[in-house]
Amino acid sequence: MTSPKSKTARRAPQPVKKPPAGQSPAKYVLRLFVAGATARSRQAILRVRQLCETELKGGCDLEVIDIYQQPALARINQIVATPTLIIEFPPPLRRFIGNLTSISGLLVELDLVKKVKLNL
Amino acid sequence: MKIKTNGFTPGAPKTLLPKCPTGIQGLDEITGGGLPRGRPTLVCGGAGCGKTLLAAEFLVRGAVQFGEPGVLMAFEETEKELTANVASLGFDLAGLVRRKKIVIDYVHIERSEVQASGEYDLEGLFVRLGHAIDSIGAKRVVLDTLEVLFASLPNEAILRSELRRLFRWLKDKGVTAVITAERGRESLTRHGLEEYVSDCVILLDHRVNDQIATRHLRVVKYRGALHGTNEFPFLIGDEGISVLPITSLALNHEVSTERIATGIPRLDAMLGGKGFFCGSSILVTGTAGTGKTIISSNFAQAAGRRGERVLFFSFEESPNQIIRNMHSIGLRMEPLVKRGLLRFHSQRPSLCGLEMHLATMFKEIATFKPQVVIVDPITSLMELGTVSEGKGMVTRLIDYLKAGQVTTLFTSLTQGGHTLQQSEGGMSSLMDAWLLLQDFEGNGERNRVLYVLKARGMKHSNQIREFLISDHGIDVVDAYIGASGVLTGSARVAQADLEKAAVLSSQQEAAQLKRAVERKRAALERQISDLRADYETEALELRRIAEQVGTRTLLLGTERTASGILRQADAKAAVHPRGRARNRKVNS
Repeated sequence: MTSPKSKTARRAPQPVKKPPAGQSPAKYVLRLFVAGATARSRQAILRVRQLCETELKGGCDLEVIDIYQQPALARINQIVATPTLIIEFPPPLRRFIGNLTSISGLLVELDLVKKVKLNL
Repeated sequence: MKIKTNGFTPGAPKTLLPKCPTGIQGLDEITGGGLPRGRPTLVCGGAGCGKTLLAAEFLVRGAVQFGEPGVLMAFEETEKELTANVASLGFDLAGLVRRKKIVIDYVHIERSEVQASGEYDLEGLFVRLGHAIDSIGAKRVVLDTLEVLFASLPNEAILRSELRRLFRWLKDKGVTAVITAERGRESLTRHGLEEYVSDCVILLDHRVNDQIATRHLRVVKYRGALHGTNEFPFLIGDEGISVLPITSLALNHEVSTERIATGIPRLDAMLGGKGFFCGSSILVTGTAGTGKTIISSNFAQAAGRRGERVLFFSFEESPNQIIRNMHSIGLRMEPLVKRGLLRFHSQRPSLCGLEMHLATMFKEIATFKPQVVIVDPITSLMELGTVSEGKGMVTRLIDYLKAGQVTTLFTSLTQGGHTLQQSEGGMSSLMDAWLLLQDFEGNGERNRVLYVLKARGMKHSNQIREFLISDHGIDVVDAYIGASGVLTGSARVAQADLEKAAVLSSQQEAAQLKRAVERKRAALERQISDLRADYETEALELRRIAEQVGTRTLLLGTERTASGILRQADAKAAVHPRGRARNRKVNS
């Protein structure tokens, strides 16, 4: 995941809009910071993408940043550990540290609750 | 004047381990040149010990004095806070950041935002640190309380292995790092960082003893180098941290044969006519109100007048109070203060601990570089610690001052009732000269006397002298010593009057006697002249009588001859021989 993927592999907003039409601007903004092409990085990226596609149904704005490439961003975003997933948009800013394996359920749960709220 | 810092200066081979000078006063002396270059050093201590300050000073001095840029990674304070905090020590952190000498990276992790989900590494930290180091070519790195990570990141096992990797990485980078850590209950640090940083460990400590707090620094460990092992007190002053490596020197001070006048001519006369030795330590003891401060002020004034620099440590009076009080005896000290020749340093003894006082004094002495130091009174300092601590302090102070050839006058307040030997036993042997001031009470008054109890290496008077304090200063006069003991004050004046009267009366007596003798002589002379007159009349009479007798005899002879002639005719022929003889007899 050196240059091609990490270089802001921005998943462009998909035209598929599952969430109710009235709340369309309520898109998830996610940023994933990874450090190089390690196994952990790959796992994390995979999980997040999966999440975006399956759970959020593309209703998210994901940015993957390799801090090796953009070290200045690490400082700006207060990154200490990698991988770090920052959920920026639904207001309480949250950081998930780790490769999102074991506790991905938590993330999903949290977001599911949100999603349920959004959907219903 | 050269003041040697009597620090631990190991003659260790310096080539073995390259050192990175900290520029912090005294710390480089203890560590024999600084922190191990290219290796991490752990600075641990409790809250408020000065860890951050020490680390910040290490960076700033590195950037300013040694041309080594540095990175400060702060986990607890923001850049703004840090800048403000160290500004009080005269460090312009913001300016250094602007000139790209220092990079400050504030690492903030909000625990409430963070959730763990799986494995992680600290690559983010590495990248930030690496980026900061490379951006200015940093040689020094400070990680100010890395242990915050333990509180904010999950999974301690990962964290520990990552920290181990971090220190390894720092070593590989070749930067000299200072890592601060909170002191733990049983171990050096709360999270056992000393396991990873094992090249050099410095322990800071802030102890309260008898309500007095003192900071101490100790080099617990320094791999590959000799270092001072003691606890050294340190100060956080206006110019940053100064550690005072105070170990007593061997007795090898240089000595001077120069003399220094006391400002009291009669006292100089008592000390062989020239005063004290230059660079000696002088003790002035006395009970309350015997004039110790006055004598020391006089000494200070005299030195200042000669153009010497005088540092006056006062532990009981404020400078203004001393100056005002000395006005009353005609001593004007403020011109000397204005000319920068006299400096007062007043502090309450209870302000801080003994070590701290000593440290402050050393610092003052080192910056002011005086030729004369006055400590008034040393006893109030010594009361802060135990007897042995107090004595140790005085010893170190004297050693330090003697090494710099500074003449020092200590005053010491003796308690009434104590015997002299008991109260001064701890100090007197350290002193070169000892002046004793005493009160003599009698006839309803107190009078001050002074004598020289000892003065090493010089002839000195064994006499008690009375000293008077007047508007014109100190006057030392002879006390009256006679059959009735030592008389001072009005008793001395009375005695002097008495003596004067006695002299007067004896003078009068003599004059009277002289007059009497004179009279007698006159009488005698009169008598003599009378007698002579008598004699002369008598002699005259005698002469007259003799003349009369002569005339009469002559007459008689003539008469006889005449009658003989008358009867002669026949007798002349008949009794010729006898008659001739008879005639001859009569003639004669």
